[in-house]
Amino acid sequence: MTTPTIVPDISSRRAPGLGGFNLTVLKLEVRRLTRNRRTVIIAIVVPVAFFLLFGLNQTYDKQSVGHGNGNVSAFVMISLALYGAVLSTTFGGAMVSIERAQGWSRQLRLTPLTPVAYIVIKVLTALVLGATSVAAVYIVGAATNKASMSVGLWIGTGFSVWIGSLLFAAFGLFLGYLLPAENVMQLIGLILALLSFAGGLFIPVSQYAQAVQDVAKWTPLYGLNQLVHTPLLGNGVDWTWVVNVLAWLVIFTTGAIWRFRKDTAQV
Amino acid sequence: MTQTSASGTTRSANGAAPPAVDLTGLHKYFGHVHAVDGVDLQLSSGEIVAILGPNGAGKTSTIDIILGLSQPDAGRVKVFGMEPRQAISRGLVSAVMQVGGLLRDLTVAETVEYTASLFGGGKDTRQVLRQAGIDNIADRRVGRCSGGEQQRLRFALALLPNPELLVLDEPTTGMDVEGRRGFWAAIRKDAENGRTVLFATHYLEEADAYADRIVLLRRGQVVADGTSAEIKAMAAGRTVRATLPGASEALLKAVPGADSVEVRGETVLVHSSDSDAVARYLLTQTAAKDLEITARGIEDAFIALTGDDAESGAATMGAVQ
Repeated sequence: MTTPTIVPDISSRRAPGLGGFNLTVLKLEVRRLTRNRRTVIIAIVVPVAFFLLFGLNQTYDKQSVGHGNGNVSAFVMISLALYGAVLSTTFGGAMVSIERAQGWSRQLRLTPLTPVAYIVIKVLTALVLGATSVAAVYIVGAATNKASMSVGLWIGTGFSVWIGSLLFAAFGLFLGYLLPAENVMQLIGLILALLSFAGGLFIPVSQYAQAVQDVAKWTPLYGLNQLVHTPLLGNGVDWTWVVNVLAWLVIFTTGAIWRFRKDTAQV
Repeated sequence: MTQTSASGTTRSANGAAPPAVDLTGLHKYFGHVHAVDGVDLQLSSGEIVAILGPNGAGKTSTIDIILGLSQPDAGRVKVFGMEPRQAISRGLVSAVMQVGGLLRDLTVAETVEYTASLFGGGKDTRQVLRQAGIDNIADRRVGRCSGGEQQRLRFALALLPNPELLVLDEPTTGMDVEGRRGFWAAIRKDAENGRTVLFATHYLEEADAYADRIVLLRRGQVVADGTSAEIKAMAAGRTVRATLPGASEALLKAVPGADSVEVRGETVLVHSSDSDAVARYLLTQTAAKDLEITARGIEDAFIALTGDDAESGAATMGAVQ
């Protein structure tokens, strides 16, 4: 057969704006994340259960903290909201591992979606689950009527926890690009439990032996945990906490970019 | 020459549309392996071209470069006159890969909705599903779909941007005969609208049956490029058989273009890559009659062109089938 001369109309074609970012994708990504029952249980149900178990101690609502700004129940609630939020954002980021394993990230490279837009979608998805996690713990905290602090502190600490959990979206992305999909989710549960102990989310760091305390202060949840409690405790910000958070942010982001570059360069 | 597109706009400055694919001096190394070794290839719009070759011939490496999934170590790649990534972001090029590339925890409809939104949206998901014949499984998770259903979904996704060039990498791997036939019927029908199709395959019969043009790769090099008939002739030539009483081999050796001559009693068999010249000679210069010209199959051509020798060629075929 003879091939007819065909002139494709290529001049009218345009790439979509924002590198392919759009709300439909964000909606579907959030739906995907919440569809994974294990993720939802670990990131939302477990922190709430921990609060019900450990945050409602008889004496906690009587013991005030931060010169009367609030009580111990509120303090524990912030810790556990942080725990849930960082689990959420780490899971959200680490989903790239599953996408890589299933060949989806390669498929996405055959669409207008730019790598930056993809990462933005991943981070925003992680933040949506993180917000749900914080909200769940805070709502249960309010409903059980033990945690007490001013309305401003409820909002301020909740918001700080949520924004702070962004650090762990970078951590999740790094792990997601670094590790194979089969074990990344289980590993995250374990790593974050250890980091939460080291960061003082479950037990105040001051109760550990001095040697343990010295190490704990370098771990990635320590600085963040101190900072999100600062509004309640009203004890001022120690610059080492800020350095801790920024240093880990640089480490996680650099690691994620490094692995991401490697991932997209291959094949 | 001035060409006019369907929409009535006149093409680029020099009057000619850029080729759909333009590869010049392409090289790609993986460690010590020279996967792509100086490939030059131009595809015109509307062609259906097969890249045929044994495993490891450089088919997938070449396709990955065309799709911008991999960067060549040397050489130039243009797709519709632009960088592959630019062509992809404009929806000019899309591809169906052999395995993977789908999220198991999304439903079929969600996968279409997701991908369509990346191309700027504005597509009716239900209609896309209906056209692909998968509207009955719209709400099924991709992970629960059969291989054939997943392949139909991949095909539907690839058509979403209405691409000018469709690239298929071993598209029918794992399909049964009927599935393969149905798939190619769909591609053929689709290509009638002028889409350029480039597919890699190691199924000889697929290349033979569905491509207008076959590019044969061997060890990263283009060893043959032409129509199915040309490839067969190029590799194996044709055999001219005639009845010629009293033929002598010495006389027949003088036949223009003969590669080998065999005389069996009154029957003469001349093997040649220019069978026309042989036939003309026999019919005009000798008393030959009952002349027959037979081509060898494409499998023979494939072995002859891609094998290091007959033995390794046979081994390749064994692996393919």
